[in-house]
Amino acid sequence: MIRSLRVLAGLAALTLAVVACGAQQSSTQQAKTDVGVTKDTITIGGTFPASGTASFYYSVYKGANAYFQYINTEKGGVNGRKINYIIADDAYNPANTPAKARELVQENKVFLTYGDLGTPTNLAVRDYYNSQQVPQLYVFTGSSHWGADYSQYPWTLGWQPDYITEGKIYAQYILQNEPTDKIAILFQNDDYGKDYVNGLRQGLGSKADSMIVETATYNAGDPTDMSSQVNKLKASGANTFYVVAIPGQAANAITNAVKTGWKPKLYLNNVAASTATWRGVTAQLGSSAALDGMISTLFLKDPLDTAKWGSDAGVKLFHDVMTKYGQGCDPTGADAFCVSGMASAYTMVETLRAAGQELTRKHIMDIACCSLNQTGNPLLLPGIVVKTTKTDHFPIQQEQLEKWQTDHFVPFGNLIDARGK
Amino acid sequence: MRRALATLPLWTMIIAVLGLVALIGIPLITDSFQTFQFANVAAFVIAIIGLNLLTGYSGQISLGNGAFMAVGGYTTAIMAHRLGASYALTIPLGGLIAGVFGFLIGIPALRLRGIYLALATFALALSVTPVLNNFDTFTGGHVGINLKPAQPPLGLDLSNEQWLYFVGWAIAGLLFVPAALLLHSRTGRAWMAIRDSETAATANGVNIAFYKTLAFGVSAFYAGVAGSLQIINTAYINPDNYSLGLSLSLLIGLVVGGLGSIWGPVLGGLLVVWLPYFAEKASGLHLGSVSFGGKPDIGFGLLLIVIVFFAQDGLAGLVRRGMARYRVLRTRFRVEEIGAAQAPAVASPDALEELPVGERDHIRT
Amino acid sequence: MELAAVSFGQSLAQQVVSGIASGAVYASLALALVLIYRAMDVANFAQGEMAMFATFVAYTLITQFHLSFFAAFALTVVIAFAGGFAIERVMIRPFEGSSVLTLVIVTLGLFSIINGLAGLIWGYVFKTFSGPFSTNSIQFSGVYLGIQDLGVIAVTLVVLSLVFALFRFTKLGLAMRAAALYPESSRLLGVRTSRMLALGWGLSASVGAVSGMMIAPIVYLDPNMMQSVLLFAFAAAVLGGIESPLGAVVGGVMVGVLLALVGTYIPGGQNLRTPFALLVIVAVLLFRPAGLFGRIEAKRV
Repeated sequence: MIRSLRVLAGLAALTLAVVACGAQQSSTQQAKTDVGVTKDTITIGGTFPASGTASFYYSVYKGANAYFQYINTEKGGVNGRKINYIIADDAYNPANTPAKARELVQENKVFLTYGDLGTPTNLAVRDYYNSQQVPQLYVFTGSSHWGADYSQYPWTLGWQPDYITEGKIYAQYILQNEPTDKIAILFQNDDYGKDYVNGLRQGLGSKADSMIVETATYNAGDPTDMSSQVNKLKASGANTFYVVAIPGQAANAITNAVKTGWKPKLYLNNVAASTATWRGVTAQLGSSAALDGMISTLFLKDPLDTAKWGSDAGVKLFHDVMTKYGQGCDPTGADAFCVSGMASAYTMVETLRAAGQELTRKHIMDIACCSLNQTGNPLLLPGIVVKTTKTDHFPIQQEQLEKWQTDHFVPFGNLIDARGK
Repeated sequence: MRRALATLPLWTMIIAVLGLVALIGIPLITDSFQTFQFANVAAFVIAIIGLNLLTGYSGQISLGNGAFMAVGGYTTAIMAHRLGASYALTIPLGGLIAGVFGFLIGIPALRLRGIYLALATFALALSVTPVLNNFDTFTGGHVGINLKPAQPPLGLDLSNEQWLYFVGWAIAGLLFVPAALLLHSRTGRAWMAIRDSETAATANGVNIAFYKTLAFGVSAFYAGVAGSLQIINTAYINPDNYSLGLSLSLLIGLVVGGLGSIWGPVLGGLLVVWLPYFAEKASGLHLGSVSFGGKPDIGFGLLLIVIVFFAQDGLAGLVRRGMARYRVLRTRFRVEEIGAAQAPAVASPDALEELPVGERDHIRT
Repeated sequence: MELAAVSFGQSLAQQVVSGIASGAVYASLALALVLIYRAMDVANFAQGEMAMFATFVAYTLITQFHLSFFAAFALTVVIAFAGGFAIERVMIRPFEGSSVLTLVIVTLGLFSIINGLAGLIWGYVFKTFSGPFSTNSIQFSGVYLGIQDLGVIAVTLVVLSLVFALFRFTKLGLAMRAAALYPESSRLLGVRTSRMLALGWGLSASVGAVSGMMIAPIVYLDPNMMQSVLLFAFAAAVLGGIESPLGAVVGGVMVGVLLALVGTYIPGGQNLRTPFALLVIVAVLLFRPAGLFGRIEAKRV
């Protein structure tokens, strides 16, 4: 008994000694000012769904990283430093993102986070990044939260045109061209869908209630079967169908509309407007007659539209970069997320470049939030300026309308500037 | 006191002391991220202890305990955000409300057995997110609710994460005691009797309905507390937090850690939180152009099947059998040393080795 | 208030017709679930993933090897059978006789593995999959029914008949039923119960493959395509009677129609489809556990 106690005591002492040593080590670590920046690398991080049901968004990372590899390998990096892009997989689950954010900041010691994907996932960690004063830059979601809440969260910034603005653009077009339309809306029952609907309503203003005759929703996890919703919308007698969905549900909804003999005018939100999807639907339907004239918006060049962009320098660069560094991103542009990934990576690189040798988090944030003025993005439509000012924190606010024709979207009209509207 | 201490096997005491030291020492040597992860482990351990009582001891398969975590989480979020309640208050409340909810669920579950119960709880797990999204005026819907980070009380020189860690493990330790007590009481025996054979249990006068619903209620209480803790840790709640994956990870953690063993849930909790982290680090694994990084699914699935095949009572069971084997060998060694004439009256080593897989006697760990 | 362009009766009829069409989708997967359940008394949570994987195989055969749809279809059914058989031998056989919980866990593990593999091999961008049926519709008094949907219904009925015939009129079917219900007695009578189990898995995998290939043109092909269908297929199987193939089909149609009606006429109903499936499952299990067409079984003590 005494012997056992002695053994115990010895073990306890030994363990305490080990722990104490460890504790001492950690207390001698120093705080660095330029965390994540060394004389030849910049380490940035981002949370992405690499697994799970939203993993099709992973291509955004692949596209962005491909561009970074290109810059590192062929352009000697940014001002002499190579970019090291570390991602943490949160499986699109906002319960996981807080741990991943801390992992990036504490373990990987990233300089900033860039391109974090998803709305709830970013909302989950916005407080953390802001309290730690780590830039949460160019988050990959069209939610209007980031620009709207800037004064509360000065370290968080979006990039792509937000969904509300897009909705307003459709509204503007409808009011100008088809002011007597009766509109039926199908939308995904979450922030994403509701933003689009609110945008349309705000854009239609006082006419919203009279023009929107019926709405139907679906949940993101439901079976991709929109027949019941479409039947309900058709029964309202609407002659215009505004579809706010992700590609699968959108395709199913419109196919159902065709099947039931409903021939409304079609408006499709940008996220669902991937050329590959609608080529597939056209093939299934046998002809594009039902789809021709479907309106959406775009702000990126579509590499699949070789007729228009085949000889464009930016698209050629995309081809090149994806072929060499794409890790599976189709160089033809079949996966639109690869395209947007690279486009946003360009903005990130140019932001870093603009900081010169003063690579502090504060400086980067100052540039991004309030003094961006980028042109020359290889994949944004010509004429789009990535811009922020002290009072405007929505980097991209210009889009162009496009119509589906046979096997691709054809842009028409002028670039619409929705800034400040 | 000394006599009581003397009757505990040496191993238990060593592990207990080491565990305590580790518990206190970990946050001193880990960085904020790792401490945060360990704080989450505490929450998962509590939830898995709860699931253990329900599935491991009373034999009711639940693929839906994530729903009870949701109840606890939303109780905390709504009370703290809308009513300004202190987090400390919301934790037991979250547990209680979840417990009531679980008890109510346990009533129809009485009529369901085995695979049917698994099916029904599977459907329950899938229903959580849509229901939460739908009643969005109440739950805040898909925008979710942001909470203020929990601060250590004034005067304590701890970081937020360290405070969360200590609170979480203190609660886990606290809740461990009633669970252990329950299991060694009449309730625990009733549960195990029900698990082994409901007919025999009824024949022996056990009130099946009461004990089964009690199991659901208690299990839900634990899950509710865990849910509250998790939300306090992450400071944000959203219906997407409660996907099917959450309920499944509880089950996986339980099975791999050790079904029906008291220590299993601790191993399970560690696994559920840390395995994905290590799986992601393995992104260096490549097969040609195919990278295995970020593919925890395949690894998880394989691990699950392997564990269930080789070690039905999980890692804890493996450890226990390993120790039993060690004891056998040590006894044999001593017997040879001392000589046959002075051999202590111990059961033959063969008898010890005949311990059935998944043995039921958990009084000695 | 605008005039409804369509009469209430017509809109109701359309909802019901579309509901039947969606229901056929759930029915086809439910058939596979029923088959597994009959073979081994356990619901296979990986059923949907197996069907999805088989469909991807078909997709590869069509797009990479340029087979016609029918050739790919036939080949996939055979490959699926072999796959199901193999999975049973390798993954399930070691667990024969294990507790329900163990089997549930194994099928959950399978679920993860197959889903992960599909994602690894084919990626997550969804693909369009052209079935053999045209996307036109037929129309009767203002109500539309797609040819594709008719096709799904027809194929499901054909599979149902084949399965029914197998179990009712063949020795093999009888042996399979016997092996599942009375394993010891069957063994004594010379039935290779273990082989029957593997056959059951193979058969159910084939039926699942057919289901997947019928469904993919409608819901589009990606590794997660079956996950939402699975729950409703379970609801259909439970409603119809988890041991009855006919029940699976009837249950599927009922679930499809009910979902359509709930979604249209109950406020907020369209967002509560999943909880509705839960309701169906729980209600049936509580009040009529054998479902519509199942038999109530007394368990031996």
